[in-house]
Amino acid sequence: MKNMDHIHIDSTACKGCHLCVDQCPKGVLTVSERRNAKGYLLPQVGDIAACIGCLNCELICPDLALEVIPAKGGEEK
Amino acid sequence: MHSIAEKYIRTSALPTIFCPGCGHGTVLNAFLRAVDELDIFDSLGLVSGIGCSSWTPVFVDTDVMHTLHGRAPAFATGLKMANPALNVVVFSGDGDCAGIGGNHLIHAARRNIDMTLLMLDNEIYGMTGGQVSPTTPTHAKSQTTPLGNPEHGFDVCGLVTAAGATHVSRYTTAQPRALVKGLKAALSHKGFSFVHIISQCPTQAGRYIHGLSSPGEYLKMIREQSIPRAAAEKLSQAERAGKIVTGLLHQDSDKAEFIDQTRRMKAGAKA
Repeated sequence: MKNMDHIHIDSTACKGCHLCVDQCPKGVLTVSERRNAKGYLLPQVGDIAACIGCLNCELICPDLALEVIPAKGGEEK
Repeated sequence: MHSIAEKYIRTSALPTIFCPGCGHGTVLNAFLRAVDELDIFDSLGLVSGIGCSSWTPVFVDTDVMHTLHGRAPAFATGLKMANPALNVVVFSGDGDCAGIGGNHLIHAARRNIDMTLLMLDNEIYGMTGGQVSPTTPTHAKSQTTPLGNPEHGFDVCGLVTAAGATHVSRYTTAQPRALVKGLKAALSHKGFSFVHIISQCPTQAGRYIHGLSSPGEYLKMIREQSIPRAAAEKLSQAERAGKIVTGLLHQDSDKAEFIDQTRRMKAGAKA
């Protein structure tokens, strides 16, 4: 299994539906207290080491606001 | 913004008109992935009617026709006839395609013209305020059926199969991986492909039909109701009631395609 480097969240595109939070099987994504310019509560990334790279979050995102970036070199977990 | 979106989305048209948590955005996400994997972006011709669903292709940075309510299959037929090299894809909704444009839908299916029609079914007319649609479940409360819907829901997949479509499948936004795979199969099929996509409308259908307060709960409900076709075939009629049967429902590779048929007739007339 590849390590993930980070999860990029586009705060301007996000509409705060939190489907990504809902779909994450490892609880890596949670709802933060930070709001974007439109007032939507943004998701936040907790422990990226727990991310298994299932891509459920980026596949479900209706606003294509989220992308899981794998670690360079693709070292195994 | 996701790198796929940066490649294919008209960023000047953003944000999308969809409400937070709308399934139509997930369909757009899956469609762009299918197009990317098949590498057919340059040959796309997108056509849509009216409604929330019909806004889906408008954000794609390619040639898009946003046409009359229910008449998208008619415009798409003209487009395909004029330029058969195009991969014509129609985005339509339950109200647009099964209700207002039902006639155009059955005749496009009957001709077996090479195009892909995606019916994004959220069980309601969302944009205009939550009126009852042909796929709203019986007894469901909507803005125009406050005492419950007295009508029966429409089996649109059965309708297009009977009308002559040669590739009919059903997927939901709760299983985006299967949706991408299904879209790729539909886009690759030569002939009329119909993809019925169950999509969530948290604003209208979620609140009024299902009494759900979040898009997450709505997706969970869809996932629990979904059942793959192979598993559904083992169930009795009664057990299958209320289930969403997903996967490829009908495929016919022998029926002649409309453009091929007209070409053959033209060649025959000249000889």
